[in-house]
This record gives sequence, C-alpha cells and structure tokens, in this order.
Amino acid sequence: MPDLGLDVLWKGSNLLRLLGGLGVALRISLIAVVISIPLGLLLGTLMTGKNVILKFILKLYLEFIRIMPQLVLLFMVFFGSTRMFGWQPSGELSAIIVFTLWGAAEMSDLVRGALISIPVHQYESSEALGLTKVQTYCYVVIPQTVRRLIPLSINLITRMIKTTSLILMIGVVEMIKVAQQIIEANRTTSPNAAFGIYLVIFLLYFLACWPISLLAKYLERKWR
Amino acid sequence: MNWEYIQKYLPMYEKAAILTLKLGVIGILFAVLIGLFCAVILYYKVPVVKRIVAAYIELSRNTPLLVQLFFIYYGLPKIGIATNAEACGIAGLAFLGGSYMAESFRSGFEAVDKIQEESAASLGMNSYQTMRYVILPQAVSVSVPGFLANVIFLLKETSVFSAISLMDLMFTAKDLIGLYYKTTESLILLVGFYLLLLLPVSLLGMWVERRVRYAGFGT
Repeated sequence: MPDLGLDVLWKGSNLLRLLGGLGVALRISLIAVVISIPLGLLLGTLMTGKNVILKFILKLYLEFIRIMPQLVLLFMVFFGSTRMFGWQPSGELSAIIVFTLWGAAEMSDLVRGALISIPVHQYESSEALGLTKVQTYCYVVIPQTVRRLIPLSINLITRMIKTTSLILMIGVVEMIKVAQQIIEANRTTSPNAAFGIYLVIFLLYFLACWPISLLAKYLERKWR
Repeated sequence: MNWEYIQKYLPMYEKAAILTLKLGVIGILFAVLIGLFCAVILYYKVPVVKRIVAAYIELSRNTPLLVQLFFIYYGLPKIGIATNAEACGIAGLAFLGGSYMAESFRSGFEAVDKIQEESAASLGMNSYQTMRYVILPQAVSVSVPGFLANVIFLLKETSVFSAISLMDLMFTAKDLIGLYYKTTESLILLVGFYLLLLLPVSLLGMWVERRVRYAGFGT
C-alpha cells in the first residue's frame, strides 16, 4: 500500500480549513441562487409576453450568457470592469455578480420553457369555465408550472455549486486553493498529499451535490 | 481600442482556439463512446455492471470538471499514473461528458415504447435487427437535441483546461492581460473566439430541436 498522503488531513486544522473553503463556495452559490431565482421568474414571465423589443433584448442577454463559458464571464467582470468602469470588484463580489446573472438567465429559460409547455387548451378551458385572467394564473397555470419548475431549479443549485469551483481562477481562496496551500506546506513530510487531498475534495464536492440531485430526481419522479 | 495589438496577437488566439477545438472534439468523441456504452448497459440492465455504471454517472455528474482535472493531473501521478496535460484534459472531459451523454442516450432509449420491441419480435426480427432498425433510429432522433446541448456544454467546459496549464483561449487571454495590460482587447478577442466556436453548434442545436419537434418526437 503506497502512502496516499491522507494523514495530512488530520494535521492541525487542515480538514476544517478545507471545509471552510467549501463553505465559501456554498455561500457564494447560495447568495447567487437566492437573488437569481426571483429575477429569473420575472425575466422568464416577461419572455412569454407580447413586447417584441423587450423579448429581443432579453433573448440576446440570455443567449449571450448561456453561450459564453462561465469562466469567460468571470474574467469579463473581474478584469474587464476595472478597465471599463474604473471599478475593481473583489473576486468574491465578481463571482456573485456573474453567478447571479448566469443563474437568472438559466432560470428565466426554465420558466419560459415551463410556461410554454402548458398547452393552449388549458387557458381556453379556464376561459370557457368563466375564470378571470388572475384566476386562470392562480389556479391553473402557476400550480402546473411550479411542479415542473421546482426539480429543475433544484438542479440549477447543484450546477451553481459545481460552477463555483471556477472562482479559484480569479483568486478567491476556496477549497482547491486551500488544498494547494496544504499540499505546498507539507511537500517535504508527505510528498503524496496531492493524491489524498484532491481525492477528498472530489468526494466533498460529491457529498455537497449528490443529496440535492437525489432530491431533484425524487421530486421529478413524484410530480410527473 | 488598439487594433494593432489585436492584429499582432490574433495568431496566438488562433492557435489557442485550435487547441481548444482539438481537445474538445477528441474528448467529446470519447465521451460519446463512454455514453453509448453506459446507455446500452443500462438499457439491457446487465447485472453488476449496471451498478458500476450508475455509480460512475452519479460521481461524474455531481463533481465539477475542475476538481476532476486536478485529481487526474496532480493526484494520479502520485500513485504512478502520469501523463501529459493534453491527455489529462481529454480524460477529464471524457470522464465528465460520458455521464452526460449516457443520460441523453438513455432518455432516448426510454422514449421508445415497449410495444415497438414487441412488435418487432412478432415480425420475427432478432434482437440485433430490433436494435438496428427499430429502437436506435427512434432513440437517436429523440436524444439528438440533448446530445447537441451536451456538446455545447462540454465545449464550454474546456475553458477550465487553463488550470492544468494547457495553452487554451483562457490561458492566452490571462497571459496577455498579465503581460501587456490590454484588458479590453484581450477580453474582446476571447469572447469573439468563443462565439466563433460555440455559435455554430448552438444554432445547429436550435435548428435540430425545431426539426425534431415537428417530426413529433420528443413530446
């Protein structure tokens, strides 16, 4: 059995420091999710509306955000805003801005998809039953949309958590960065630490995302 | 805006884009192979192997590519599995993409009704013919939009390759920003090249999705 460098984890507060790094990633994704879900609901509803110009602008925003790798967006905010607006956001703030913009775009697309997946005859039937516009939305459209939407938005949270690993690249100290520090510090005493530590990070990310994915899958199956 | 600068460094971006595209395409090819293999295993419910495949899918879907790459590139050499950065990038992309491809193919297989298989059997087709002429054509047309969405997703994910010191578009942009402080120009070139790579696939995806919807599949 070769030395896998797992003993480094128990030295000092290394494991706690790693978990703290995960905490940073989770905090950023939580803040971004909390802002982007209502924003996405609003944008998604607007996208099914009748205003052509508004729809075009939203579509442009949505497609641009979705087609660009999130890392490019992070670079644009982190490096670009300094040059263009003379404003220098911290790495964490840039991350929150990017993930909110991205989350809102993704969410609005999910909302739009859920809204247009309601067949026209649902609206027509409600009208035939004499329901007003508000009643149609409250009792017919929204309940059906929400059922389709909740599993998808939960999935969005796991995607958000996974994507936060990118903040390493704009210099935020999160789990991978902490791991690099730990590995460097223990280079002489346990040269194999890279294997053990990166394996632990892999598993920690898995443990953070897997339960959420399972919940989404369960709800999707239950509400089909 | 400094056009001279853009002209001067355009070739660097071109080289980087070619590397991104090359690694992306090879990685996606492997991902498709892994995905098809996994989907077939899950479809035929092969005992034991199906559990391994399911575990692989969960592991790979619930971890970020960046972490997978770090493990492959920095972790694995410590236990004697050392390769170069390009191979690591391809392996990481294939590991991540395999599960996404498997899911999209599996949903295609699931969309084919049991009755199709039974009808094929009652027409006297053997299991190969059933697969080849009845199930695959229907399954593929259902999974094509998902497949293309995955291709875009995986091409986007290649942007983290710079973390394992591959000279891709991100690496080039970051390098040039650091060297010459021409932030705006570097970022514009970066965005431009990613659009060049991703927009065609995205448009193709939209077109195919509409076609499939007209054909009455994927409802």
